[in-house]
Amino acid sequence: MTGLAQLTRHRLFWPIVALVVLLLASTLKSHGFLEVTVRDGHLYGAPIDILRRSSILLLVALGMTLVIATRGIDLSVGAVMAIAGAVTLTQIASSPDPGAVSTVAVAMLTGLAVCLVIGVFNGFLVAVLGIQPIIATLVIMTAGRGIAMLITGGQITTVTSAPYKTLASGFWLGLPVAALIAGFFFAVVALVTRRTALGVLIESVGINPTASRLAGVRARTIIWTVYVLCALFACIAGFLQSSNIMAADSNNAGLFIELDAILAVVIGGTSLAGGKFSLTGTLVGVLVITTLTLSITVIGIPVNAVSLFKALVVIVVCLLQSPVVQHKLRARRRQAAPVPVEVPA
Amino acid sequence: MATDEMTVKARKQPEPKLTGAVHRSRPTLDRRYLPVLGTVVVLALMLIIGGSRYENFLSGRVMANLLINNSFLIVVAVGMTFVILTGGIDLSVGAVLALSTCISAWMFVHGWPAYVAIPAAILAGALIGWAVGVMVHVFEIQPFIATLAAMFLARGLCYVIAPESIPITDPTIVKLGTRWDLGGGWAITPSGVIALAVVVVAFVTLHYTRFGRTVYAIGGGEQSARLMGLPVARTKVLVYVISGTCAGLGGLLFAAFSSSGYSLTGVGMELDAIAAVVIGGTLLTGGSGFVLGSVLGVLVLGLIQTIITFEGTLSSWWTKIVIGALLLVFVILQRLLVVRRR
Repeated sequence: MTGLAQLTRHRLFWPIVALVVLLLASTLKSHGFLEVTVRDGHLYGAPIDILRRSSILLLVALGMTLVIATRGIDLSVGAVMAIAGAVTLTQIASSPDPGAVSTVAVAMLTGLAVCLVIGVFNGFLVAVLGIQPIIATLVIMTAGRGIAMLITGGQITTVTSAPYKTLASGFWLGLPVAALIAGFFFAVVALVTRRTALGVLIESVGINPTASRLAGVRARTIIWTVYVLCALFACIAGFLQSSNIMAADSNNAGLFIELDAILAVVIGGTSLAGGKFSLTGTLVGVLVITTLTLSITVIGIPVNAVSLFKALVVIVVCLLQSPVVQHKLRARRRQAAPVPVEVPA
Repeated sequence: MATDEMTVKARKQPEPKLTGAVHRSRPTLDRRYLPVLGTVVVLALMLIIGGSRYENFLSGRVMANLLINNSFLIVVAVGMTFVILTGGIDLSVGAVLALSTCISAWMFVHGWPAYVAIPAAILAGALIGWAVGVMVHVFEIQPFIATLAAMFLARGLCYVIAPESIPITDPTIVKLGTRWDLGGGWAITPSGVIALAVVVVAFVTLHYTRFGRTVYAIGGGEQSARLMGLPVARTKVLVYVISGTCAGLGGLLFAAFSSSGYSLTGVGMELDAIAAVVIGGTLLTGGSGFVLGSVLGVLVLGLIQTIITFEGTLSSWWTKIVIGALLLVFVILQRLLVVRRR
């Protein structure tokens, strides 16, 4: 009883239940859903597909988690993805040898450099000028797609470059390269924030910026850093996205991904009010959202109702996680549990 | 009308304590009006630049179109102003606007008369707003997330109701878009009149009613407002209902503008509305700003569009870049003002 009570009280309980229900529903509908087979030395199957499709959202949500932990928010990630794709693909397309690894590497470095500048700009507005994050990043969110279109000349730039295509479609050791890239960065961030003091410092800035500054934490540097990191992760997500379709579509690349990423972070139990953050939670949130999108087609919900279904799942998970419902559930449990006998001292 | 708000007001001076001291009450500008004044300056500059560069830019026709083509955005931005004044945000307005166009179009196609379909579309917006208000206030879900969920919900309902564009031929809606000639190129449509009426009602509500003062008080500090005994719960739910209703009404104006109901209308309109409110001088932290400022913000956005059309050679993406740059300038200016006030 108490074990179960502790389990349901865990903040990831409801998101994981949602994930399991979605997977079960999909398996009931299509029995081979959870099967993973080996074909041509690669792993194939819906779970692998979920991993591959999750990688873009996971990268964006990873940066978003850190930003949200400092009590911020970054709305510009979708626009940054569009710019990353535009810069990189324009450069690859204009080079004499688009298939060379060196061309791709230089183009990607240029993309990273541009996104670094955007991250520094966002961080400057928030950390130095003290502008509200939602507004500071709204600037790039609005202007970013315009800038991306300026770079591509309003066209959808397409390229044929084998090394670049590998990013999203390739396999390494039987696993999709995209998932490996996202997993690598997830592991690095998890290690750096949880095995060093950085994670605690980020949380302290999110809980009380003034107090942490007075305690000797370099709040400004930390806030600045998380925005730069968020832009860089969005940039890599932009590489994966543009490599997936081998085109830079400034209008649609990463459209509304900021909303999905914020949703994933919130479903994962990190509060938008800053402070404590959970990278595992974000991973679960990302998997829930990706599985939701994939299982909708498997379960056989009509395409037109996809958005409605998604909205209902989001609302239910948010309501179950809300403080009021949590409190009510806890109160009921306390009533049901036997009253502990008081031992006189 | 807009100038009423921006007139120079004498700041209330404290009574001189020393009887001998000469106290000159110099008329100074109230700090609260500075951001809005900035918007007026930008608007004036854009008009001057446009007028000097292009023929017919300052004609009645262009100015009238500015109001008519943006009437739906004005209504949506007015609703957004209420929410932002309480320190919240409403991301659902674009989707709710689309839902309103879809519902009215669907009902017209299925033979419902206008006096049923039009209230139903507005009511749908109000209901979604109410649901958001309950989520925000009762369940303490952050406005950002609650309205995001509402956005998915409204957009989802749109796809179910109108997967494909439905043409609207209803005479009442068509009449909303008919131009009344006022002479000299000036013209107005019923939808323009409705937008102006909404602005007037919102202005009176915010500045001359108890509800309006409560909205500002909640934005200034929710805890303090509660301790003062103000009806925080009711007001917080009501601002989202107002925003939803405005989006629903905006949908009808948009339907008159586009003569169709379509599930993909108004994608990203919430950002335009937020940008208009911010450019209009309202602080996103809540408690400070004016509904007339938001109207000016919408006009600034509309003028950018008009100038780029007049320029002809500029590509459409410059609109986004210029709006972003303007946002940046305004945000930094506002920030400097706040710092100086401290």
